[in-house]
Amino acid sequence: MVSGLSAKEAACRPQGGGEALFAEERAYRAAACVVDPEIPVVTIADLGILRSVTMEGDTAVARVTLTYTGCPAVLAIELAVEAALRDAGFKPRVERVITPAWSTDWITQEGREKLRAYGIAPPAKASNSVRALFGETEVACPRCGSHATARISEFGSTACKALYRCTACHEPFDYFKCI
Amino acid sequence: MAATVSREVLTAFLLRLADDHLVIGHRLSEWCGHAPMLEEDLAMPNMALDLIGQARALYQYAGEVEGKGRDEDQIAYLRRERDYVNCLLAERENGDFAHTMLRQLYFAAFMQPLWQGMLSSSDAHLAGIAAKAEKEVAYHVRHAGEWVVRLGDGTPESTRRMRAAVDALAPYVDELFESDDVTAAIVKAGIAPDPATLRPSFEAIVGPIFAEAGLEWVEASYGQTGGRQGRHGEALGYLLADLQHMQRTYPGMVW
Repeated sequence: MVSGLSAKEAACRPQGGGEALFAEERAYRAAACVVDPEIPVVTIADLGILRSVTMEGDTAVARVTLTYTGCPAVLAIELAVEAALRDAGFKPRVERVITPAWSTDWITQEGREKLRAYGIAPPAKASNSVRALFGETEVACPRCGSHATARISEFGSTACKALYRCTACHEPFDYFKCI
Repeated sequence: MAATVSREVLTAFLLRLADDHLVIGHRLSEWCGHAPMLEEDLAMPNMALDLIGQARALYQYAGEVEGKGRDEDQIAYLRRERDYVNCLLAERENGDFAHTMLRQLYFAAFMQPLWQGMLSSSDAHLAGIAAKAEKEVAYHVRHAGEWVVRLGDGTPESTRRMRAAVDALAPYVDELFESDDVTAAIVKAGIAPDPATLRPSFEAIVGPIFAEAGLEWVEASYGQTGGRQGRHGEALGYLLADLQHMQRTYPGMVW
């Protein structure tokens, strides 16, 4: 799977450190290739929900966290991680971790760019407080870049997305909402 | 050094929270396919998903703490009405949209300070659940709050309905803030804040929304209570019949 590596991933290839480390690295890369079932352009590593992969004896243990507590995709993701590890020749175990809590700030810069290119506006940084009652978030249209956008609904096609409309190019779009 | 609690007490506390979330989440899910507009038809199941997800996390943990080998499904599907310890507000019927939005606002405005208090819980697992839920509930407060303003300060008809909802739900507010032996032990162990202390936070959320909506707070002439002891209104039985019918018809069935 070397061809699928980004420069950053290639850069963190192990320089040595023995078989275990190498196995761990391979297992991590296998798990990191799993894509989100709802947003197939981003991997679980991009989203920051793959916390770690470690070798425990001959078992590769992947730790995955939730985006939203009720996210129905989590089972699909866990099964996909298990399958990816098995395909890479490991005995897999997937653990669900809840601390530290995931927030949209865990999404990598690369992940944010992939979301934008796919037509989903990436989340505002957490400083844009969701607690400000009736506060409006400024969201740029992922198609034309205009900030002239209006919220249609704070609840969109999945738990993690809100529905917006661009008033400049008139296209509706999803916004990955800040949490 | 904070006091510790017994398994029984922690389980009892977790079941209250979990039952609240499952029951009100199920209620909200009943709107799926019936909402007044498409955006709301997405919004309500979305929030129901949050609530039922939170319930699952709490049931899983309650099952572990209890140590009798019950999993989340057994706890949710195989207990009877009298074993459910949710607050009565959670089980109130949807009624019209005004009733539902006001019920959701009350519950979210109660849970927001409770989750915030549990962020620093001495129980690390519960603090982890709270870290996620606290952010989710902020969306629920905002959603329900916006609707309460829109309907309360809307047309004569929507105002009439919103006021009727305020009257109808008034008797179910006080129960949220009740304390008893279970909450006292939980507070002492630093697991969660005392519900009785959450009232000012609740009022700080609901008050400005009512002011903007032109609604007046109504004091109930009597408060309904008993949910935490398993004494429920007629409404819960029908809800559980719907929720549990597969397990009751085919005991032990799995997907």
